[in-house]
Amino acid sequence: MNEIPEISRSVWSIRLSRLRTNGAAMSAFWLLVVMALLSLSAPLLEWALDFDATKTDLFNRYGPPSEQHLLGTDEAGRDVLARLMYGGRVSLAFGLVAALSAASIGTMIGVTAGYFGGRIDRLLMRITDGMIALPLLPLLIVLAAVDLRKLGLDEGTARDPATAFWRIVVIIAIVQWTTVARLVRASTLAVLGREYVMAAQAQGARAWHIMTVHILPNTVSPIIVACSLEIGTIILFESVLSFLGLGIMPPIPSWGNMLNNAQELIHQSPALAFYPGLLIFVTVIAVNFFGDGLQEAFDPRSDPR
Amino acid sequence: MLRFIISRLGESALVLLVMSAVVYSLIGLMPGDPIDLMIGSNPSLTATDVARLRTLYGLDQPLYERYLNWLIAAVQGDFGYSRFYQRPVIEVIGPPLWHTTKLMGLAFLFSTTIALSLGIAAALSHGKWLDRIVNLMAFAGISIPVFWLALLLIVVFAVWLRWLPASGMQTIDGSGGPFDGLRYLILPVITLATAQTGRLARYMRSSMIEVMRMDYIRTARAKGVGQRRVVLRHALRNAMIPVVTVMAISFGSLFSGALVTETMFAQRGMGKTIYDSILGNDFNLALMALLFATLVTSLSNLVADLCYAWLDPRITME
Repeated sequence: MNEIPEISRSVWSIRLSRLRTNGAAMSAFWLLVVMALLSLSAPLLEWALDFDATKTDLFNRYGPPSEQHLLGTDEAGRDVLARLMYGGRVSLAFGLVAALSAASIGTMIGVTAGYFGGRIDRLLMRITDGMIALPLLPLLIVLAAVDLRKLGLDEGTARDPATAFWRIVVIIAIVQWTTVARLVRASTLAVLGREYVMAAQAQGARAWHIMTVHILPNTVSPIIVACSLEIGTIILFESVLSFLGLGIMPPIPSWGNMLNNAQELIHQSPALAFYPGLLIFVTVIAVNFFGDGLQEAFDPRSDPR
Repeated sequence: MLRFIISRLGESALVLLVMSAVVYSLIGLMPGDPIDLMIGSNPSLTATDVARLRTLYGLDQPLYERYLNWLIAAVQGDFGYSRFYQRPVIEVIGPPLWHTTKLMGLAFLFSTTIALSLGIAAALSHGKWLDRIVNLMAFAGISIPVFWLALLLIVVFAVWLRWLPASGMQTIDGSGGPFDGLRYLILPVITLATAQTGRLARYMRSSMIEVMRMDYIRTARAKGVGQRRVVLRHALRNAMIPVVTVMAISFGSLFSGALVTETMFAQRGMGKTIYDSILGNDFNLALMALLFATLVTSLSNLVADLCYAWLDPRITME
């Protein structure tokens, strides 16, 4: 009889405790937290060791590790460690923001397709299937090469590095919504025939109301899972676009654009080509392990009935 | 079956049409049109010359009309000239297409063989150390940035050990012997196959684990069928069904990977052609290369669907 409290636990607390027992996922989670904290503490490092990460010093190019510059300096004499930390801010923030944007598009499309069904559903799902099979990187390169001035932006805005950041967010969101759309459609279909949805329909509730109040809350867990797995892919896309010189633009550092002249670096100073890639690799692998853990913990097949 | 194939081919044609329209309009939004480039390279052009050239190239017409003209010519087999190579696009695209086919084909072959064996081995030792190692390696494979992996391979095998060439497609003076071209493909193929192997191995593993729990596997074992036969004859075919889908969908990612790989190893394949032609304003070539890439992924999906039906007779093509 002392098992009663067990039953009253909410499904979320059960899922959370399931996640906590997954060693790989939890270490990945804490690794990501540490990475984020380190990235945020970049100004602290500058203050403690007394330098300015944005200041170039051409007399100190490719400097070896020293007490002031713990990992040495880069091709423009800037501190490598601080640039890595600032780059981490950009790359991590980018992954989060772009994944959320892509997930929002996917959610809207998925709910619409699932709720209205019929022709709309078939059309939207055809588009989704088509997108999934496309070679995305060439398409992203085309989108990244578009001249914003021809879309009506003025010269100053078009050349602003912040615009470049947001433009890549938009581009990635345009192509990366497909997984979420499919999952959300499936969970929409699963709740569509439930009594409370039919009751709402019988009372004359509008489609928008039913979708946001009754259906969306039921699609949250697949969205969270897909989103977390997507962050890894998106960080990889950002890094390769920035590496090719089409993503996040200097002077804003990102792990990808720090490798922009990597082919040159491997002869000058191989370590400079090594660190940013290693950080991307570690981050993405951690994101993937964590996402995988979430997927296992949130799998409804292992929920208690 | 035939009806299915025909309707799918029709669908592929539709995808190509949509893709061509989208890319054509996007190209219209890129910096610099062909005439601007001519003005840049030839300062003696007068304003009247420019206007005349615009009419000649049809650039005074609105975008949709230019697209229609391009489309009508394309349907008749005329895809225009490459600005950079000064030759018909269709001629320019041949060698890179062949190179990418070799690169992707080899990578696909290697990754499939390795991934399936590793995935099955991991599934059969579910929860043991072999399973964990395969799982970790698969995660590493899908998480490593392709360009960085290429850099590491170049540093280790070309710069430090000097075993293999760092870039290019053949030894310039022709002294490389009959397998010269192959030596230049080793590092690119490893680079490209890594992510694909990781993806496939994960799916193979989880699919196999699921199938091995089925009742008919237990029945087969109860009948006294040996492990080898249970795995290869009873389990594998069913476990392959989701994996084949992933293999088909992954052709798009494989092509994206080929683009990065070719750029890193300075090999003129389709991916590098797309990248160079977009950055170099060679728009006819860019458009054609992109459409080819789309066509290949679309056809590979069709092949996968056919394999699907062959693996699982319950699936009908109606």
